[in-house]
Amino acid sequence: MHAETKQHDFEPKIVAFVCTWCTYAGADLAGTSRMQYPSNVRVLKFPCTGRIDPVFILRAFQKGADGVLVSGCHPGDCHYMAGNFHARRRFAAFRALLSFVGVDLNRLQFSWVSAAEGGKWVDVVTELTERVRTMGPMPEFKELEHEEQWSTFAGASADKVLNSPELKEAYDSIG
Amino acid sequence: MSRIGVFVCHCGENISRTVDVEQVAKAAGEIPGVAYSCDYKYMCSDPGQTLLKKAVAEHKLDGVLVAACSPRMHEKTFRKAAEAAGLNPYLCEMANIREHCSWVHEDRGMATAKAKDIVKLMVERVRKGKSLAPITVPVTKRALVIGGGIAGIQAALDIADAGHKVVLVERDPSIGGHMAQLSETFPTLDCSQCIMTPKMVDVANHPNITLFTYSEIEKVEGYIGNFQVTVKHKARSVDEKKCTGCGVCMTKCPKKKIPNEFDQGHGMRPAIYVPFPQAVPNTPVIDRENCTMFQSGKCGVCAKVCGPGAVDYEQKDTFTVEDVGAIVVATGFKLYTIDRKPEGSPIQGYGEFGYGTIPDIIDGMTFERLASASGPTGGKILRPSDGKEPKQVVFIQCVGSRAREKGISYCSKVCCMYTAKHTMLYHHKVHDGQAYVFFMDARTPGKGYDEFWRRAVEEEEAVYIRGMVSRMYQRGDKIVVMGSDIQVGTQVEIEADLVVLATAVQPQDGADLLAQKLGISYDKYNFYSEAHAKLKPVECATAGIYLAGACQGPKDIPDTVSQASAAAAKVMTLFAKDQLERDPVVAKVNEKYCVGCFACKKVCAYGAIEEKEIRDRQGNLVKKVAYVNPGVCGGCGTCQATCPSKSIELDGYTDEQIMAMIEAL
Ligand SMILES: Cc1cc2nc3c(=O)[nH]c(=O)nc-3n(C[C@H](O)[C@H](O)[C@H](O)COP(=O)(O)OP(=O)(O)OC[C@H]3O[C@@H](n4cnc5c(N)ncnc54)[C@H](O)[C@@H]3O)c2cc1C
Ligand code: SF4
Ligand code: SF4
Repeated sequence: MHAETKQHDFEPKIVAFVCTWCTYAGADLAGTSRMQYPSNVRVLKFPCTGRIDPVFILRAFQKGADGVLVSGCHPGDCHYMAGNFHARRRFAAFRALLSFVGVDLNRLQFSWVSAAEGGKWVDVVTELTERVRTMGPMPEFKELEHEEQWSTFAGASADKVLNSPELKEAYDSIG
Repeated sequence: MSRIGVFVCHCGENISRTVDVEQVAKAAGEIPGVAYSCDYKYMCSDPGQTLLKKAVAEHKLDGVLVAACSPRMHEKTFRKAAEAAGLNPYLCEMANIREHCSWVHEDRGMATAKAKDIVKLMVERVRKGKSLAPITVPVTKRALVIGGGIAGIQAALDIADAGHKVVLVERDPSIGGHMAQLSETFPTLDCSQCIMTPKMVDVANHPNITLFTYSEIEKVEGYIGNFQVTVKHKARSVDEKKCTGCGVCMTKCPKKKIPNEFDQGHGMRPAIYVPFPQAVPNTPVIDRENCTMFQSGKCGVCAKVCGPGAVDYEQKDTFTVEDVGAIVVATGFKLYTIDRKPEGSPIQGYGEFGYGTIPDIIDGMTFERLASASGPTGGKILRPSDGKEPKQVVFIQCVGSRAREKGISYCSKVCCMYTAKHTMLYHHKVHDGQAYVFFMDARTPGKGYDEFWRRAVEEEEAVYIRGMVSRMYQRGDKIVVMGSDIQVGTQVEIEADLVVLATAVQPQDGADLLAQKLGISYDKYNFYSEAHAKLKPVECATAGIYLAGACQGPKDIPDTVSQASAAAAKVMTLFAKDQLERDPVVAKVNEKYCVGCFACKKVCAYGAIEEKEIRDRQGNLVKKVAYVNPGVCGGCGTCQATCPSKSIELDGYTDEQIMAMIEAL
């Protein structure tokens, strides 16, 4: 979207959704090995990439992320056997959707980083940060925030929707 | 949580060098809901932990965040401290500002800003956290062992000796597996049956072991500590309780010319038989396909001659349900069928070797039977076609193994060693004979193994030719073996009297079907997968199920026995407690909102999700909903991200928690 607007002084906000067993541990290893990488990334830990709902990615973009990274165990190495396969399938579809609505897929990176790949973690984070830096900020989704209600997720309002009198009545009849 | 305490650690200078910890603590104190914040030199030290406990009491904290190293380092430490202070341990979290911040960034300003952000995110996680109680499940202290080869026998004996009941299920009429078929065993050349049969008898006599032979696993339900396993007892046609094992029936059976599987088809047996003389149990079984009584209804000789009246042509398959707390899978291997492409297998056959059409090309297990004193030739090496003693024997290693083009890329691990053994056994029995071995490499790691191999080459005069065989064909009563010697760089042609192929070790037929019943995973060859290649080599990813022996990958006897004892030890560890405690990070279903699509069930690799019926007060079915068995759930959360109606939630990683963190970005 903003590939032309080079802004070198711009500090992008990068959000990383990672699994505990592989990528989080890989990032730990980068730390214990005292490797250096840009400080733009904020890490959110999940048990497995299988837990990561595409909605989280949308919400992250909306809340100011300029780039998002999703990273887990290599295919076949999932601590939970198959979670990353489901994640892979889910995100393949999700990427197509994002691309369709006009998001530059260069902002969204998927990778496999194992617990032994501290160096790869550094490379992936650095690359994404620098790429997004040249792309500039991503305003589209942020503007959306004011128009759309993420009703199901906006904390208390979820309850409001799900506990509407109509639904309550319906459920109570079940006993 | 509205009274959160934030504790920022200096980690000596490890954090404070690049992160301004005081500023981080101060910023944390300004986050709404944070009732207390401070920084301290070493939070994990005794005084640090005391500081935390005191603050919890003094400031009535209801949630705690320690901003320090990685949770992989000290989460347990601080959760324990929080618990000691009266908090639920799951209300204590860590913000990783060392591995993920101070150690990887040099700019103090940027690092401090990042540390503040990390703390802000994690405070939200604590705020939305819930108290979780550890899950306890009762444990049935009775084990099931599937497969009665040396692996299953060892595991069963170990568990039984520890005082627990064991059910051992074997598919064949006798236990013993492949080891019972071997002649002598590397690396010591002791007689296999001499060391094996006493163990088989121990199994039969052990008061804690219930042995079901000629039986198979029909169905597996339940989870760790609480499995219900349906066992199918195939009709033996002989009443085990009445049979005395006298064997009269076998001598009188008029059908005597059935190729004996135990001798790889080279000996003969009657239609009512025990596979080999030392079989355990010593109760015969009628091979109904080859029995005249079953085929034409005319015969009945065995029933007439049986003194105790044990023969029962009417016997039917029966089923029992066994309650067990742990399962050891020890179903072993089979040898690669060389002459044809195995059905449904990615593996190509070796038509060019003439196996199956040339009778004197045999496999390694057949050679074991020829060399065995209890075998069809009484231990003399005689070739199948004409019973002559072969003077030139060619052994070919890696047939099927390490042959990517044939579909198997792994090494079968035991062939180098047993081929060396075969050349020795041959040399001991046929002094004027010559053994040749075609090999790619000699892989002999193991105690005393390389010495053993060298003995075959240096003292027992086997000629090792490094190279491959391309073709074999019959010329007169010889087999022409055409190959290459890559060390000399020439073609070789040997006129052999007998050829022995070291064919690949493969999983048992039906290994995949059994795995599906058990809910365990297997690799593309059907070998069962361990939970972790290095750190959990005997556990399956499915809790409560363990692996032993060649069903997990090619293995020799010492490795098989070690793994079997390790599996038994794991079972004993599980049985050491009456209740099993599990991490409460498991999924839960909101039955109100669940629409019963069971999308979650399809993605759950643990098989933790069941279908539950909701009925109204009159007992009418209202709907079906998902139910997560907390004893089985692995806690990956894949179901939650899949559920279209958002009705399933992983404790510890709820949508609410994650969304709150994202909001704080
Ligand atoms: C030719 C040859 C020579 C060898 N020589 C040596 C040697 O000299 N020294 C050495 O250390 N190793 C040797 N080995 C290796 C050795 O045979 C194995 O290490 C050992 O047999 C593995 O034992 P196991 O119990 O895992 O498997 P197995 O011996 O295959 O036993 C598996 C058992 O499980 C049963 N079973 C299978 N499926 C089911 C099911 N679905 N339900 C119930 N039961 C089932 C089978 O009937 C069998 O009884 C040799 C192997 C070969 C092929
Ligand atoms: S996916 Fe959700 S709605 Fe469907 S069965 Fe599972 S919990 Fe119920
Ligand atoms: S969290 Fe994972 S293991 Fe547990 S029920 Fe859901 S998909 Fe299955």
